Amino acid sequence: SCDFAAFTFGQKYMRSPLSPEMATQEVPLNETLAHLKTESETLKLKLEEERAKLHDVELHQVAEKVEGLGQFVMKTRRTLKGHGNKVLCMDWCKDKRRIVSSSQDGKVIVWDAFTTNKEHAVTMPCTWVMACAYAPSGCAVACGGLDNKCSVYPLSLDKNENLAAKKKSVAMHTNYLSACSFTNSDMQILTSSGDGTCALWDVESGQLLQSFHGHAADVLCLDLAPSETGNTFVSGGCDKKANVWDMRSGQCIQSFETHESDINSVRYYPSGDAFASGSDDATCRLYDLRADREVAIYSKESIIFGVSSVDFSLSGRLLFGGYNDYTINVWDVLKGTRVSILFGHENRVSTLRVSPDGTAFCTGSWDHTLRVWILMC
Amino acid sequence: MAQTNSSGQGTNGVADESPNMIVYRKMEEVIARMQDEKNGIPIRTVKSFLTKIPSVFSGSEIVQWLIKNLDIEDPVEALHLGTLMAAHGYFFPISDHVLTLKDDGTFYRFQSLCLSPSAVYLCKRTMQNKARLELADYEAESLARLQRAFARKWEFIFMQAEAQAKVDKKRDKIERKILDSQERAFWDVHRPVSVYGLQNDIRTHSPTHTPAPEAKQPTEEELQHQITFWQLQLDRHRLKMSKVAESLVGYTEQYFEYDPFLTPPDPSNPWISDDTTLWELEASKEPGQQRVKRWAFGIDEVLKDPVGREQFLKFLESEFSSENLRFWLAVQEVKKRPIREVPTRVQEIWQEFLAPGAPSAINVDSKSYGKTTQNIKDPGRYAFEDAQEHIYKLMKSDSYSRFIRSSAYQELLQAKKKVQTRKSID
Repeated sequence: SCDFAAFTFGQKYMRSPLSPEMATQEVPLNETLAHLKTESETLKLKLEEERAKLHDVELHQVAEKVEGLGQFVMKTRRTLKGHGNKVLCMDWCKDKRRIVSSSQDGKVIVWDAFTTNKEHAVTMPCTWVMACAYAPSGCAVACGGLDNKCSVYPLSLDKNENLAAKKKSVAMHTNYLSACSFTNSDMQILTSSGDGTCALWDVESGQLLQSFHGHAADVLCLDLAPSETGNTFVSGGCDKKANVWDMRSGQCIQSFETHESDINSVRYYPSGDAFASGSDDATCRLYDLRADREVAIYSKESIIFGVSSVDFSLSGRLLFGGYNDYTINVWDVLKGTRVSILFGHENRVSTLRVSPDGTAFCTGSWDHTLRVWILMC
Repeated sequence: MAQTNSSGQGTNGVADESPNMIVYRKMEEVIARMQDEKNGIPIRTVKSFLTKIPSVFSGSEIVQWLIKNLDIEDPVEALHLGTLMAAHGYFFPISDHVLTLKDDGTFYRFQSLCLSPSAVYLCKRTMQNKARLELADYEAESLARLQRAFARKWEFIFMQAEAQAKVDKKRDKIERKILDSQERAFWDVHRPVSVYGLQNDIRTHSPTHTPAPEAKQPTEEELQHQITFWQLQLDRHRLKMSKVAESLVGYTEQYFEYDPFLTPPDPSNPWISDDTTLWELEASKEPGQQRVKRWAFGIDEVLKDPVGREQFLKFLESEFSSENLRFWLAVQEVKKRPIREVPTRVQEIWQEFLAPGAPSAINVDSKSYGKTTQNIKDPGRYAFEDAQEHIYKLMKSDSYSRFIRSSAYQELLQAKKKVQTRKSID
């Protein structure tokens, strides 16, 4: 009954506070509002024009000189069974072999995917644990979902120790937690939520370091820029927008709105100059930050189910998409073509991540399993 | 910000639909094309023993049609898509309860449109919580129409059942046959546990995809904020697509040999060979030639590889010019600490690198120095941001280039080669 209650309470949109002036000055304010609206829309159109002016060539045209990829051999090398319900999220440990996964029934499991052994398991007090992340040190995991929180569990070497006892509540949102990620340290966590915001937290104290407002609806995903110096991240939401944020100031520095439905996943291209997105409109798209526009769409007439998760191979040449029709599509990022389709899961693919050294990728599915796949050219 | 007018249309002209409806609409478009008289699947009556089987087509005809009309190369892919459509109930095998598609002569029939998933979905939504769910106008119209059709259809079925042997018994019999099979298939789809992994119980749907209420009208403050944002965006410097495309192509080409999916790693991919030597080598302090080569791609490659950092530091220390890198590393470290430790650490860094008479004094431009002096008074995680940026640029153009040209680096680049040659002789 817990999930049904949450289902009826969940609000898709954030309520903006009612401005006190609105009640008293009706007529002149409506005119001002209309005028401002027009101004805003005009500027937005102008921006689209400016962006379009620099569109002198298509990416796949420039990529014609690049050698085509050959036939791929793809295999599932490990199947991780142990969750009793839909797997919703997973993340790799920096050691390239351990993973953490979370599911609808509240279970969070840490596996050594190489041996398929389960190393830790904890049951969250809520269902639909939609977010989980491994700490950079490998010594802790973070997770959350319908409890509106993000909690950190230090991983003990003592298998008998009760993980739940050491649990630390870090983030507090006013709606479900959709994604979380440690920054380059165990001490900070970045979260996104159904309440329409993202936030940066200090793990030790639980203090809110910075909040990020700008999405007009639930934020579903985020990814940190892979730069040694940068302080930016990208988020995607149910408002169909992908926003790039400055972690220091809390400001949105760039925004892209070309998808036709919710953006379920965003992931940076390895150089950090671009990012990919996956949406319920059944397409993946590539946005370049220097060109300030969408530079490629990855879609096919026969692909009609939404994309739940995306990730790049190490060089950025391949883009993997996990889809709601149970398949994985592999795209040639430069040429825009699909190089392969993978079957295997028996229900929707809900999460997909390439391992830290790019030697494999892992998928989690509503069929209760996780699979580790390899690709050979 | 997305502006929605009262009819639920976004400013880009596409109707705002919930993710489920988008998929149903797309499938229904395909189904409509399949039912097209000219270009669709030929629907016919098949003679079987003493009876006729009305209004059917075969599984392989579905697969062939999908391949031809949706530009699918692989029959397996067409079969998979067709099976999903069958699982949703758009067509069903006439002699089986199992809603799957087979690429053979098995016969199928189209489901009646008023029993389509989109109709059911809309009905379910209104059934849940009438007060909370505000359907957009076009959705409400659509639902009303479908509900009327629903009601008429069931009425029709009841009438048929009640009617005894009347005029044109044959036609009645055929109609009844079709309707009976459609009704049965409808309930097959909406059983609690469906066959192809579909779960139609609304409670199993993800809580992130609840239907969206109308967006609130933005306030004056919000609009002002939007306007400022658009103006800032307009002032941004943009690169031409041709430049950007060259850069993306260049990057992927440069890293092609480092991508395990494109170039098999040396000695082997642990997931394929079940041998973890690759990971052991990477963890060791001895960097391989390929890894050392990568440091020359850019300063970030050196900074993000712990062995690279170590070698870079060692080189600079040999030149007695390591304070810049040490400052940069110290500032990175501060940003990783809990907020409680930050003020102390910031003071320590200030004393070591920037204060008058600092033991490892670094050279920072006067503007950054001024800003930093101010920041120190209320020390936060970003106190040294400007100074760090300046030092980074300095390192990039000066220390880093010297490191790559240095004999120390060149030796590392050659060293592994020698070891490898030795190994191959052995």
